Amino acid sequence: MNGYLAILKMRMKTLLQYRTAAFAAVTTEFFWGLIMMMIYQAFFSSTTAKEPLSLSQSITFLWLGQALIQLLPWTIDKELEAQIKNGNVAYELVRPVDLYAIWFARALALRLIPTLMRCFPILILAGLFFGLEPPVSGQAGALFAISIILALFLSSAISTLVMVSLFWTISGEGIQRLLPNISLLLSGLMVPLPLFPHWLQPFLSIQPFRGVLDIPCRIYTGVIPIDTAFYFLGFQLAWICCFVWFGHKLMKKAARHFVIQGG
Amino acid sequence: MLFWKLISSSFRSQMQYSASFLTLCIAHLFSTSIYFLGVWVLFDRFQMVKGWTVYEVGLIYGIVHIGFGLGESFARGFERFSYMLIQGDFDRVLLRPINPLLQIAAHDIQLLRLSRCIQGAFILGWSASHFSFAFISIQTLVIIFSIIGTTCLFYGLLVIQAALSFWTTETLEIMNITTYGGLQTGQYPMSFYNRSFRLIFTFVIPLSCVAYYPIAALLQRESIPIWAASIAPVTGLIFLYLACQLWHIGSRRYHSTGC
Repeated sequence: MNGYLAILKMRMKTLLQYRTAAFAAVTTEFFWGLIMMMIYQAFFSSTTAKEPLSLSQSITFLWLGQALIQLLPWTIDKELEAQIKNGNVAYELVRPVDLYAIWFARALALRLIPTLMRCFPILILAGLFFGLEPPVSGQAGALFAISIILALFLSSAISTLVMVSLFWTISGEGIQRLLPNISLLLSGLMVPLPLFPHWLQPFLSIQPFRGVLDIPCRIYTGVIPIDTAFYFLGFQLAWICCFVWFGHKLMKKAARHFVIQGG
Repeated sequence: MLFWKLISSSFRSQMQYSASFLTLCIAHLFSTSIYFLGVWVLFDRFQMVKGWTVYEVGLIYGIVHIGFGLGESFARGFERFSYMLIQGDFDRVLLRPINPLLQIAAHDIQLLRLSRCIQGAFILGWSASHFSFAFISIQTLVIIFSIIGTTCLFYGLLVIQAALSFWTTETLEIMNITTYGGLQTGQYPMSFYNRSFRLIFTFVIPLSCVAYYPIAALLQRESIPIWAASIAPVTGLIFLYLACQLWHIGSRRYHSTGC
């Protein structure tokens, strides 16, 4: 276990170097949030009907999404991708460690560090001036924290599975282009999932991407009441298990009979 | 003419892997369409916003995406410009007896990105089919002017972003607010935003002049005469001209960083 923790720690230290890039990204995300906030205000000002989310809840969803945007499984590890392309992954397979666990630890760092660097400025500014509300109750806040941790694991499990699939597709350019957009849409970052049409809800409520953002946001704003929250935490956990199990299995299969590229 | 030669050579080089190119195009088409899905979801729930229907917003959305797509297809050179400066490759560009701006523009043209235009054109066509516009009419003319103006405006922004690297060497990522942020902002009618935003996107970055006002005048949403609306996109051309001037000022103070 210590080995994997050491890798997690090393990756974190490397990723912490990119502070200027984080500043630019925060500004962009903040700007995007402001635009979307005005758009929501415009939409809600023209309706009197009761919507599944109120304006202030939508704005809270929006800012949480902007703050936690890096939690989404939208990039894959560039270094590992290069290893698969140039064949150096063969050396990795020789090491007496579980490759899946190493990749998973790297994915965790890749999600966690940018999120930690970027979320606080947005949360503070939005909380003070732009309508981000505190969690509905202390309990909801605590459950939100648990749900965010699960979201981090779920997101890492999804991106690790995509990484493993590169053993077959090699370039993965297609999936790299689609993954950000799929996660943007299905996690509810683009538009909160409760605002989607009614007939789409059955599909939206079972797909795994909602566990990355939608469920934490719903718990935070009280759309999911506290007594049913545990069911949704279980939902996240179940998807984590699915992705880890499948990714691990696929990795084993890959290790047995794949052809090393390059040389 | 040389420009066309460079374009066709880019085209041929990307067509070498035609199957991979096609798959990527489809993926890109799909991923840019997601933006419209975001707009559509909100309209499906709220029907009408400040008097705008989804078809009317679709006109603006289509124009902005076509303009952005055209602009970014010819902007790979500008995006990578700061690397060029850092590596000292710009010296090589300066040695050639052709306008450096043209060389950078024709550098590695991204045909793939044209799929954003296809998506935008599709939405524009779909939206326009809900109005009784004649094919040859003042409306079509305004839309075409508007597309030209929007393309020039976004291209100008990309040129400015590159030109600023003459001073900073590194790319100013902050400028993405104006390009990608502009795209996001421009998808919706300007009347959705508050006053200070509207002022910035009219007088600093004339996004509302190239896309919003022409369409709003067509649909009689703003009390502007149609002739004024149809010449408003000229501001996009002026913006591009000024951006090129900034580039020239920058390139005059260029010192090689190469090794």
